[in-house]
Amino acid sequence: MQPNDATQAQDTLDGYNFAYLDEQTKRMIRRATLKAVAIPGYQVPFAGREMPLPYGWGTGGIQVTAAVIGPDDTLKVIDQGADDTTNAVSIRRFFARTAGVATTERTTQASLIQTRHRIPEAPLTEDQILVYQVPIPEPLRWMEARESETRKMHALEEYGVMHVKLYEDIAHLGRIATSYDYPVRVNGRYVMAPSPIPKFDNPKMDMMPALQLFGAGREKRIYAVPPYTRVESLDFEDHPFEVQAWDEACALCGATDSYLDEVVIDDAGGRMFVCSDTDHCTQRTASREAAE
Amino acid sequence: MTAIPHASDLRPGFADPVLSGQAVYRAVLKGMSYPGRLQALPATVDAPPPLSPVAAGVLLALADLDAPVWLDPAGLATDDVAGWLRFHCGCPVVEDRATAAFAVLDATSAADLEGFALGTPEYPERSATLIIQVPRLAEGEGHTLTGPGIKGSTRLRAEGLPEGFWRALADNRLLFPQGLDVILAAPEGLACLPRTTIVSE
Repeated sequence: MQPNDATQAQDTLDGYNFAYLDEQTKRMIRRATLKAVAIPGYQVPFAGREMPLPYGWGTGGIQVTAAVIGPDDTLKVIDQGADDTTNAVSIRRFFARTAGVATTERTTQASLIQTRHRIPEAPLTEDQILVYQVPIPEPLRWMEARESETRKMHALEEYGVMHVKLYEDIAHLGRIATSYDYPVRVNGRYVMAPSPIPKFDNPKMDMMPALQLFGAGREKRIYAVPPYTRVESLDFEDHPFEVQAWDEACALCGATDSYLDEVVIDDAGGRMFVCSDTDHCTQRTASREAAE
Repeated sequence: MTAIPHASDLRPGFADPVLSGQAVYRAVLKGMSYPGRLQALPATVDAPPPLSPVAAGVLLALADLDAPVWLDPAGLATDDVAGWLRFHCGCPVVEDRATAAFAVLDATSAADLEGFALGTPEYPERSATLIIQVPRLAEGEGHTLTGPGIKGSTRLRAEGLPEGFWRALADNRLLFPQGLDVILAAPEGLACLPRTTIVSE
């Protein structure tokens, strides 16, 4: 695949509706997304359908993408920042075949980005929509198992238990140890699970120009962060929110400002750190080579 | 309200229900995401008057048997409109405004927003979306809007709306997370005022 060009789908599947889902299902999801945008951070229940892949592989994100996507869209799908992993490749191919849309690996060329567990390093624009795959949409679930209770807690803005959880980290470990799916407060009201993105990505959600939609297939919830909306990571005055930092730079592109994965490269304990966002790394490498 | 129009009198819906429905939904999604910004309707609809083409397009895209529609008795609740919606959307056309998912109003009757579903504290999404037909929308003038989806502030002029509408909208804002969401439909397109938007002079 040419990294610089969006790839137009060659052939679409006969016998399926555009983007796989039937129209009534799409309308149901579309109405849910509109209410989700109107109530930032609130989880809207929806009648999630069975999709042709197992729960945990992005069934929620796929249903949201299927309801949103149009023939003019250019789709990018990432899994942990990478365009070339099984999950990303199969979802991209799914929409190339069922909707005939163009696909790309370039963040800047995509109008619709479905993501599992990362926000791209390149800043997103107003012309883009980010769709997150969410395993557990309820940030309070680990503290309170009952849906009827967590629903009441959200209604009453009763979020003390979340701060207690973060405080227990400090009491046990001296710092907040939550490093992914770090709870945020949206527009000063709802506490929301940002999906298991590293907390490194949390600041990108704040006042992002692009619309952010979240789909949880197993739990059947859709929620949203509208553009230009405050997203604050929960913290304490004496233990302010911090993101991860590395002593190393990316071994491939030399980036010092991106989220790095540690990769074991031999049996002797050798390791290297590389960008988790493959497009970011590729673009940096390409522009460095062009400069040389 | 109950007469079924003759098939030959029935106006068509979207030429391509799948792709036009998607395009109109995206315009509404963009409108809800960026309140106060005018979105052109990316489809043509031969709507039965007095239902406006933009309001009709939004309903074709979003209303169905799970989303009952309420029509403003002051002008909009005609047999033509109700029959057209029933045929193309398959949606119930209800007389009790509390049961409506979508309510279509003329600007002149938009001062009275009492009685529509507001959702509950536990389920605030179970509230009505109002589609209000206005004669003209213009960006960059009129009321100042702030809130989620708006970088700093923006301005929107919606003509024909009574003063009581803006007061009702300010009250609606105080109900958050419950509340009504508004889609303003004008000949030039639509603009949205979700419950989070703060309107000032």
